[in-house]
Amino acid sequence: MSDQKKPKRRDFLFTASYAIGAVGVGAAVWPLVDQMNPDNSVKALASTEVDVSSVEVGKSITVLWRGKPVFIKRRTQEEIAEARAVKLDDLKHPEKDEDRAKNPEWLVMLGVCTHLGCVPLSDKGDYNGWFCPCHGSHYDTSGRIRKGPAPKNMEIPKYEFVNDNTIKIG
Amino acid sequence: MSDHNYVPSSKLGKWFNDRLPLLSLSSHLREYPTPKNLNYWWTFGGILTFCLMAQIITGIVLAMHYVAHADLAFDSVEHIMRDVNYGWLIRYFHANGSSMFFLAVYIHIFRSLYYGSHKSPREVIWIIGMIIYFLMMMTAFMGYVLPWGQMSFWAATVITNLFSAVPFIGESITNWLWGGFAVGNPTLTRFYSLHYLFPFLILGLVILHIWALHIPGNNNPIGIDVKKPSKDTVPFHPYIVIKDLFALLIFLILFAFFVFYAPNLLGHPDNYIEANPLVTPTHIVPEWYLLPFYAILRSVPDKLLGVIAMFASIFVLVILPWLDTSKIRSAVFRPMYRQFYWILVVDVLLLGYMGAMPAEGTYLLIARVATSYYFIHFLIILPILGHKEKTIPLPLSITEPVLEDSTNKELNN
Repeated sequence: MSDQKKPKRRDFLFTASYAIGAVGVGAAVWPLVDQMNPDNSVKALASTEVDVSSVEVGKSITVLWRGKPVFIKRRTQEEIAEARAVKLDDLKHPEKDEDRAKNPEWLVMLGVCTHLGCVPLSDKGDYNGWFCPCHGSHYDTSGRIRKGPAPKNMEIPKYEFVNDNTIKIG
Repeated sequence: MSDHNYVPSSKLGKWFNDRLPLLSLSSHLREYPTPKNLNYWWTFGGILTFCLMAQIITGIVLAMHYVAHADLAFDSVEHIMRDVNYGWLIRYFHANGSSMFFLAVYIHIFRSLYYGSHKSPREVIWIIGMIIYFLMMMTAFMGYVLPWGQMSFWAATVITNLFSAVPFIGESITNWLWGGFAVGNPTLTRFYSLHYLFPFLILGLVILHIWALHIPGNNNPIGIDVKKPSKDTVPFHPYIVIKDLFALLIFLILFAFFVFYAPNLLGHPDNYIEANPLVTPTHIVPEWYLLPFYAILRSVPDKLLGVIAMFASIFVLVILPWLDTSKIRSAVFRPMYRQFYWILVVDVLLLGYMGAMPAEGTYLLIARVATSYYFIHFLIILPILGHKEKTIPLPLSITEPVLEDSTNKELNN
């Protein structure tokens, strides 16, 4: 007992027991934490096909994908021109419209404000795009954040044109 | 205290008390010496205990009829309102009960701030109280989500999205909270489970809160220690019990007014529209008791900093006993603090009003000034004031100021 510096056989046993105990507790807690993550039935709803043949120029539809609204907007030539004329330096989250809308006529994006998740209103706001009523974020005709508290542009989900009239999201 | 020498009168009582001293505890609670100068602002502890019990009892009953499922929840609440015997009464009592609970807790907290009840040696009581307050906010928020109306859904969306401000892992946290990629059925069922659990955590903390209170004893309006228990205190029962009950009755009149005459006044009509993930209501506001924090959140233009400011506004309250450097507890003897106290009250009310208004133009400007002042009060004014302020001399004892003014001094002696 006089020499405190030198670890004893017993100290080793204590440390090893605590370490094994901690691993055991961690292993027991993990399932209790992970059960809250999205489950298999939720993940299984990964893709949606949408028929867009009835959408006229200048109009948009909103569909539900994985519990979130997706805006599918058929943009007018003016809206496309407006989105493409913006200089990247003016953007809070710089992204080219060309990268956001592969087919310039169709803008497909999550209709979720990147601030706190509200659904922005279309054809509103200072930039002719979307306006979020919750905390006042303004988006342009490419869904890019221009003014307000939101940090990012509205997200573009993974999607593809299955044929001319059908978009597959996810 | 007096319970150490308590001996039950009956033989059976003594037998039981030797094995589990519940009778000693009961004796302690009855005899507990309470400063005799407590005013009606001290009755809110009892009122809050009533509120908690009322919420638990009405909540357990509502849980017998409510269905926690995204497709059924809204209808089951309407079923409670229309079909269940007295369901309307029980639900209105529970829903308005949360507002009354917060009203009482705000008065209770501001009473502490005025009379310095958070100061040494009562810091632990205060911190437990702040944890209770935080759990109350979480419980109320999750309860508000359960009817699955438009306000429920979008309140859940906005509040859980606060965590998406966390750098790098924000999205993982929100998906974990939701159990999906948006607020949905898994979110509803877990909120239901936790909404049932948290009141019992609060109950446990309330017991610790009262236990911690019974170590130093109550603070009092002049904020000085009890010098002579026989002169300065009265037993809790019957003096304080009767006073608390009288205050509770007055409080219940207000409670009953809301339940019977204005049951939806404090709610929001949009919550009678079933949740729709495709449409956000044009003007979403939280319940009135969360508005000051909502105003702080919105007054910061950056998302992450806004969330940090909101949590910081609660955290400064937790560390308040060390921010307020004045040794004098009661504002009665702190003329400068008294002014700043009322400015803070106005500031918080103003923040609450701004939280209900759209975040733009003049409203936003006022909210920003009020948010700044809130932090200036706690982080700059209070620490400096404790050193600079010229305080009024304290009386020698709790009894002294009473006896000085008394005309029949000899009677009291």
